[in-house]
Amino acid sequence: MTATSTPLSTTPPVKPTRTSTARARKRLTSPWASLAAVVIAVLWTLPTFGLGISSLRPEREIKTTGWWTFFTEPTITLDNYRDVLAAEGSEGLGAFFVNSFIITIPSVIIPICLAALAAYAFAWIRFPGRNVLFVAVFALQIVPIQVTLIPLLTLYVDAGLVGSFWTIWLSHSIFALPLAIFLLHNFMREIPAGLLEAARVDGAGHVQIFFRVLLPLLTPALAAFGIFQFLWVWNDLLVALTFAGGGDEVAPITVALANLSGTRGTAWHLLSAGAFVSIIVPVVVFLLLQRYFVRGLLAGGLKG
Amino acid sequence: MGIAIGLFVAIVGVILFVAGRIGGGRGDRWVAYLYLAPVVLMLAVGLIYPAGRTIWQSFFDAAGTSFVGIDNYHTIFTSPDQLTVLRNTVLWVVVTPFVATAVGLLYAVLVDKARLEAFAKALIFLPMSISFVGASIIWKFVYEYRPDQPGVRQIGLLNQLIVWAGGTPQQWLVESPWNTLFLIAVMIWIQAGFAMTVLSAAIKAIPDDVVEAARLDGVSPVGMFRYVTLPSIRPAVVVVLTTIGIGTLKVFDIVRTMTGGQFDTSVVANEFYSQSFRSGNEGLGAALAVLLFVLVIPIVVYNVRQLRAAEAS
Repeated sequence: MTATSTPLSTTPPVKPTRTSTARARKRLTSPWASLAAVVIAVLWTLPTFGLGISSLRPEREIKTTGWWTFFTEPTITLDNYRDVLAAEGSEGLGAFFVNSFIITIPSVIIPICLAALAAYAFAWIRFPGRNVLFVAVFALQIVPIQVTLIPLLTLYVDAGLVGSFWTIWLSHSIFALPLAIFLLHNFMREIPAGLLEAARVDGAGHVQIFFRVLLPLLTPALAAFGIFQFLWVWNDLLVALTFAGGGDEVAPITVALANLSGTRGTAWHLLSAGAFVSIIVPVVVFLLLQRYFVRGLLAGGLKG
Repeated sequence: MGIAIGLFVAIVGVILFVAGRIGGGRGDRWVAYLYLAPVVLMLAVGLIYPAGRTIWQSFFDAAGTSFVGIDNYHTIFTSPDQLTVLRNTVLWVVVTPFVATAVGLLYAVLVDKARLEAFAKALIFLPMSISFVGASIIWKFVYEYRPDQPGVRQIGLLNQLIVWAGGTPQQWLVESPWNTLFLIAVMIWIQAGFAMTVLSAAIKAIPDDVVEAARLDGVSPVGMFRYVTLPSIRPAVVVVLTTIGIGTLKVFDIVRTMTGGQFDTSVVANEFYSQSFRSGNEGLGAALAVLLFVLVIPIVVYNVRQLRAAEAS
């Protein structure tokens, strides 16, 4: 709502008021309120923090004492990370980590480009059947991916694609399209029609308008959706498990980690380090691009 | 990866080249169809056909060969195992959205315009960027249990707290139905940040003069929340509740990573995977997927109607 109406700003506006509003709110921030906020913040941070400390402790200590003893007898080692990344055979997470990148990058680029073309057509070209088609695409957002998995797998088997990255790239792209088209269409509708008229009068065709006029204005929206899609694909387990289930060659790190958790449920030195390896990329992406991500969330959350 | 991106860039290039050739006027519609062609093709093959196929399949037996009518649906609503799955799913969908939204709303109000607001929000929001698998491992470690014997020390935080308080350590993930609540806690931990972000933006969008007017009337902070803040952000609250509800219905990773669906913790989305890919019961798996679909629809419809109502007023 607020986010989509100002396509060029990056965060929802925060008014730096020192007016009576601020004073009224100040009364709400009693010691009890502050305490409640701190308690929630600690509850939300401590579990991750504990696992992070554990991942740096020697194996024997992780298995016999709690991570909080680290503060009285600190010992640090990177052995867990070395073991979990480079271990022989299917237990080494290093290869899966690379797979995650190979899966994620095309799975972000392909749907964004296709959705941008489609959103342009829906937003700026009049053609018969436009409304019906748009509503149909919008409605497809409610199809849970579980409903599609088995027939899709059969199609892939028939096409001889199983065991390759193609199955995962295609699936993620397809599942992302309805939401991507819907979001980009909303952003495109916000762009003043006069801008496009002017370009058209100057003799620009659809392709020039798309690249010269729309694309620069759409960059924040594309970034927002791109981050969304990146996190979703990177963190996905179900799609990867279904289409890369058998072969370790194309499985991402989430699959490897889930298997490790199932078969080696007590190998905390491997699990803690492995979890941190898998977490580091989305967290870095999130921290660097937080404001775009939040905007994407607001645009999607409030309209979807 | 290079080939995929290259091939794909070539396809888009051809589309754009052809579109550039088509003139204005009535040619416009052909540009539109050209732009939509890849999307329509992918959605038809990848979503519409498979969805129809799964619905059809749900009326067939385990091997997918002989027609059994509504037997699979009958099994879901009568067999004790499947009823446990349904009970758990109801528990997930009822508890998660409300608790996550309540925590998110409380936190958004508490840190609104406080010092270090951005940092405080990032702490709660960070779990959103972590995979469900990663989050499950983080919480498995919190719930980790060691037998209560001399010389054995707890390594899971929760049991250590119990021990420090003089209690006996528990196997949190084994005792049904409580174990489901401990799994739900993980989902709440992940989703509260989403609720907080959306609701915080909604709170900041409340016009200052409304707050001002209420304050001049002498409304207390609690009254302010009850009579000004809450009614103003109602549409956002509905969206957050329904979005988390839909996400919760489809949750699969947490159950699979933490318990694998053992100890009576399975939910519909996880049971679908187990039946389809582990037990080889394609018919029942398909029926569970369809059930998921059917359960999502009313939540979405409610959401859309609320949005319409909010926009109309």
